Amino acid sequence: MTTTVVDHPAGPLGRPGAAPRSTQPWHRRPGDRLKVRNALIGWTFILPNFLGFAVITLVPVLTLFYISLTNSNIFGTATFTGLENYVKLASDKSFHTALLNTFYYAAAHIPLTIVVSLSLALLLNRKIRGAAFFRTVAFFPYITSIVAIAVVWNMLFSPEFGPINQFLGLFTDGELPGWTVDKDWAMPAVIIVGTWRDMGYYMLLFLAGLQTVPAELHEAARVDGASAWQRLWNITLPCLRPTMFFVTVMITIASFKVFDLILVMTDGGPGQATLVLSQFIYNKGFVQFQFGYASAAAVVLFFICILVTVVQFLYNKRKEA
Amino acid sequence: MAARSNAPAVAARVVLYVVLCTAAALILLPFAWMVISSLKTNNQVFTAPVQWVPDPVRWANYLDIWARSDMATWLKNTAFLAVTVTFLQVLTGSFAAYGFAKMRFPGRDVLFLVYIGTIAVPWQSYFIPQFQMISGWGLNNTFWAIILLQAFGAFGVFLMKQYYESIPDSLCEAARIDGLSEYGIWWRIMVPLSVPAIASLTLITFVNTWNDYLGPLIYLRDRELWTIQIGLKSFIGQYNAEYALIMTGSVLSVLPIAIIFLLGQRYFVEGIATTGVKG
Repeated sequence: MTTTVVDHPAGPLGRPGAAPRSTQPWHRRPGDRLKVRNALIGWTFILPNFLGFAVITLVPVLTLFYISLTNSNIFGTATFTGLENYVKLASDKSFHTALLNTFYYAAAHIPLTIVVSLSLALLLNRKIRGAAFFRTVAFFPYITSIVAIAVVWNMLFSPEFGPINQFLGLFTDGELPGWTVDKDWAMPAVIIVGTWRDMGYYMLLFLAGLQTVPAELHEAARVDGASAWQRLWNITLPCLRPTMFFVTVMITIASFKVFDLILVMTDGGPGQATLVLSQFIYNKGFVQFQFGYASAAAVVLFFICILVTVVQFLYNKRKEA
Repeated sequence: MAARSNAPAVAARVVLYVVLCTAAALILLPFAWMVISSLKTNNQVFTAPVQWVPDPVRWANYLDIWARSDMATWLKNTAFLAVTVTFLQVLTGSFAAYGFAKMRFPGRDVLFLVYIGTIAVPWQSYFIPQFQMISGWGLNNTFWAIILLQAFGAFGVFLMKQYYESIPDSLCEAARIDGLSEYGIWWRIMVPLSVPAIASLTLITFVNTWNDYLGPLIYLRDRELWTIQIGLKSFIGQYNAEYALIMTGSVLSVLPIAIIFLLGQRYFVEGIATTGVKG
C-alpha cells in the first residue's frame, strides 16, 4: 500500500513503535480505522430496520422448521416428534384437497392475470386522451379492502337474484351457475374476483416495462411493413422479458399463497371446494391450535414458493444466456 | 390521400375507446353496485330486474350505521395503526436504504440478499412461529403486534434504495468534502431529494395497513381493538340480511382509501413502477 510511507515519516530511524507492521496486527493503518468507522456508520443506518426485520421475519422463518418437527400446541408444550407431522400430512385427505385446490387456483389465475394485465397495458401504452383515467380505474380494485370487495362480489354472484345471473339469464334458459354456493363453481368465482383485483397491479408493472421498449425498433419494423401482431411478437414481447419474468414470479407466489380473499368470500367452502393451502395452515394453527402440525404444512408452502421461484429464475437465466 | 389513410386510424381509435370504456364499466361495476345498494332499503337490493337508480334515495343508512355498529372506534383504531406503521416504515426504510445505496461496507450485499430472499417467502408460511413468539412477549391482543408485524417490511427498503440509487453519488461526495456527516447527508440531502419516493412509500404502506385483514384477525380479539376490516366482517356476520347496511359499511371502509388514492395516485403508480422495473 502506498500509505506506508505516509505512516512512518520518521523513516528507518523512527520510534520503537514503528516496527514492521506484520508483527503488530493490532496497529491498524488510519485507512483501516476509517473503513471500520465507515462500516459502523453503515450498520447504524441499516440496523433499526434490520433488527425489526430479523426478529419479526427471519427468526420465525428459521424456527418454523423446528416447530414442524414437534407436537407444539395451545398448552405451550412441545415435544420433539421427528417426522410424525409430515407422515400424518401425507395421508391427510383435507391436506390433499387443499394442495389440489391451490394448484387449481394457480393454474387458472396465473395465465389469466398475465393475459388480462398485459392486454390492458398494451391498450393503454399509447398517447390517448383518458389513458390516465383508464389506468386509475384498472388499478382501483387492487387498493380496496378484501372484506368490502368479497361481500360485494358475493352479492353480485348471488345465484337467484344476483345481477350476474340475471344478466346470464338473458342469454340462456338453461341452469345458471350457483357460483360461491356451488362446489363446482365456487373456485371459478374466486378466480374471477382474484383476477379482477390483481390485474391493475400487474398492468402497472407491464406499463413500466413497456417504457423500456425502444420506439425506434417499432418505427423501423413499421417501415419494413411488419403488422401490429408481428411487432408484438418480435419486438414488444422479447423486450419485455425481464418484466415478464418478474411479473410471473410475483403472480406465482401470490397464487400459491392466496388466502384472505378466499377466507372472506367462501371460507374454504362449500364443503372444501375452495380450501387452499394457506387456509389449511390457518385452520390447523389458529382454529385447532395444532401449531406443530400446521407448521409442517407451512413448510410445504414455503418450499413450493421457493421452488417455483428458483425454477423460474434458472429458466430465465438459461434463456438470457 | 391523407383522408384515406386516416379513416382506418379513426376507426381503430373508436374501437379502442369502445373496448376501454366497456372494460372500465365492467371493472367499476362492483363499486357502482356497492354505492347504489348502500342508498336503498334491504328489500330493494335484490330485485329483478336490477334497480340501478335507488328510488327513493335512502341516506338514512349512513346515519344508522354509526348507531348500529362501532364503526367510529374501528375507523379510529385503523387510522392510528396505519399512521404509526407508515411513520416507522418510512423512517427505518429510508434510513436503511441510505446504508444500502450510498455506503460501502462488508456484509452489505449479503444483508441485502437476505431482504430480497424473503420476497419469495409467504407470510402464511411463518405466521405460526411468529404468533407464538409475539404471544410469548405478551403482545398478543395489543396494537403492538400489528405495529411490529407491519413496520419493518422489506418493501420500504427496496423502494427507497431504488430511488436513492438514481441520485448521483457525486452529490454525497461533495457533501462529505464539505464536512457533512453521513447522517447529515441523509437528512439534509437525500430526504429532501426523495420526497416523491417517500410519498409513494407513505401511500402504499398506509393503504396496505388500512386494508390488512389477516394480521388483525389473528392478533386483535378485543372488540375495542378491532380495525375496520375485522369490524366490517363481524358486522356482516351479525346482520347478514341487512344488505343495504352492509353495503353502507363497505362504502365507508373503502372511502378513505379511495380519497387518498385519487389524491396521490401519481405516487402510487411511480412507486410500483420503480420496485417493479428492476425486480
